[in-house]
Amino acid sequence: MSEIGTSTPVPSSAPAVEVDGLTKRFGARTAFEDVSFAVQYGEVFGFLGPNGAGKTTTVRTLGTLLEPTSGRATVAGLELRPDNGVEIRRRIAVMPEAPGLYLRLSVAENLEFFAGLYELDDRRARIERALRAVNLTDRADELCRTLSKGLRQRVGLARALLSDPRVLFLDEPTSGLDPVAAREVHDLIETLRSRGVTIFLTTHRLAEAERLCDRVAIMNTTLRLIGSPAELRDRLFSKSVELRVREPLPDPERVLGALPGVESWSAGPDAAGTYLLAVADPDQAASAVARAVVDAGADLLALTPSRHSLEDVYLQLIDTDVEASSR
Amino acid sequence: MTSTTPMRLSHTRIRAIVRKELRDYRRNRFVTSSMGVMPLLFVVLPIIDIFKLGSGASGPKLDNVIGLALLYLLLIPALVPAVVAAYSVVGEREQGTLEPVLTTPVRREEFLLGKALAAFLPTLAIAYLMFGIFLAVVGLFAHQEVVTDVFKTSRILPQVLFTPLLAGWSIWAGIAISSRVSDVRVAQQLGTLVSLPPLAVTSLMGFGVIRPTVGLGLVLGAALLVIDIGAWRVVSMLFDRERMISGIKA
Ligand SMILES: Nc1ncnc2c1ncn2[C@@H]1O[C@H](COP(=O)(O)OP(=O)(O)OP(=O)(O)O)[C@@H](O)[C@H]1O
Ligand SMILES: [Mg+2]
Repeated sequence: MSEIGTSTPVPSSAPAVEVDGLTKRFGARTAFEDVSFAVQYGEVFGFLGPNGAGKTTTVRTLGTLLEPTSGRATVAGLELRPDNGVEIRRRIAVMPEAPGLYLRLSVAENLEFFAGLYELDDRRARIERALRAVNLTDRADELCRTLSKGLRQRVGLARALLSDPRVLFLDEPTSGLDPVAAREVHDLIETLRSRGVTIFLTTHRLAEAERLCDRVAIMNTTLRLIGSPAELRDRLFSKSVELRVREPLPDPERVLGALPGVESWSAGPDAAGTYLLAVADPDQAASAVARAVVDAGADLLALTPSRHSLEDVYLQLIDTDVEASSR
Repeated sequence: MTSTTPMRLSHTRIRAIVRKELRDYRRNRFVTSSMGVMPLLFVVLPIIDIFKLGSGASGPKLDNVIGLALLYLLLIPALVPAVVAAYSVVGEREQGTLEPVLTTPVRREEFLLGKALAAFLPTLAIAYLMFGIFLAVVGLFAHQEVVTDVFKTSRILPQVLFTPLLAGWSIWAGIAISSRVSDVRVAQQLGTLVSLPPLAVTSLMGFGVIRPTVGLGLVLGAALLVIDIGAWRVVSMLFDRERMISGIKA
């Protein structure tokens, strides 16, 4: 029996999702505005943003539940238009923020209902396969009412996998899960990714995005940044090395000013004797700095390349937004 | 709605919805009790009335009591599905299951027809079963003059025909309300209310305020039939995907 993802057709080079100037307003309130991006087939695309950033509204719009106010989009090869709704929905699957299971129905009965809605042929085999993918085979006959939140989330995921969608939208699949349950969902997404399933993942867990996503977009009503986690880090933060010596250097400009690879330096914020050096390549610069400091007769305590996580990028961006809006 | 290509309705999807609904009803104590207890009430009351008649009753008195009894029985198809139909859409909205359903290829026409059939089939079964019980009890235990009066084509045929027509009316009215309000309880109260008007017309005939002629019966029946069929399209148009979702705030 084939596994989830293997039968997903991967059309040539056209993107899986392409969004161009998309805007959605609810009356006077703008949920998102002028958003443009493209997601390639096989990619795990992270959609990040704070509460109210417009993530869910974007997913609902691309999933044909809401009509965009303006702009264009193609989803799974079809233009986002009301008369393409049925066909688009046939090609994608959406796992909403809340799994929305029928609690009086068993796990298998829930899946059976959706298999019917997708008009799938080999229903039994598909259900079995989806349950196996989320490790729920032995709970198939349990009523959903009796399942924990984490298990319900997994049923929601199994449901989204039933139809072998070309694009899988996951809206905060780990929200409200404990670390172990969240970890299981992460592992699952990684498995899907390794099988080439295209995933559009919204989250506000930065570590999640960093671990799972090929590229991320940071949203806050408008699209703020887009790129791989590493690219975003580089774009927002200059690379730097932190230097700590026992006694402050008597003439730091003489020691640090003319070193190859060091673009500029400044006194560190915390203690006397720390310096922040902006560098092009931290590894290369580090050895030159070490030699210069020792040659100058100072005691070297530490020389550490500073690492910025995606979280730093995110906080930096969103803080700027908060400042801008309070001005 | 500008599309000119004829819509292909999927039997698979409609069947899936009906099956799911029936399963869900069976395990919902509120539904099983209202579908079970209410009909029993509406069959026991008329039977009691008929047996209170005694042996001497005849003429207009007999006619009235039997007319009223049959009217009680018509309350079953009118009222039994009202609660379920009123719950159908807003209930799914409230429990958060509507959004995942609407992300599948299902069309609103299929979704609503499935919901309507799922309310219609058990209602019809229950209403006919209760009518059968009524006929059996009357046939076996009532006085001869009562039996003769009840077992007339002019009594039985309208009952058989109006049962599905009234059920259809209640179901579509209930679903229409369920698609527009955002509170389950409001939906159920309104649903029960709107299930009654056609019954009022029927009862006017039952009490002889309007002369129950064959012609009038046919007109009323035809009107209900047209409404039941047209309602599907109208309710589908009332069903607005965006409103269904926008009402939901996570
Ligand atoms: N149906 C609606 N009617 C009016 N405003 C809405 C509606 N849905 C969303 N909004 C508004 O649009 C904005 C974006 O909401 P959305 O739910 O898309 O954010 P989100 O990024 O998913 O947030 P969260 O992280 O909390 O899930 C918010 O200001 C929200 O209040
Ligand atoms: Mg959201």
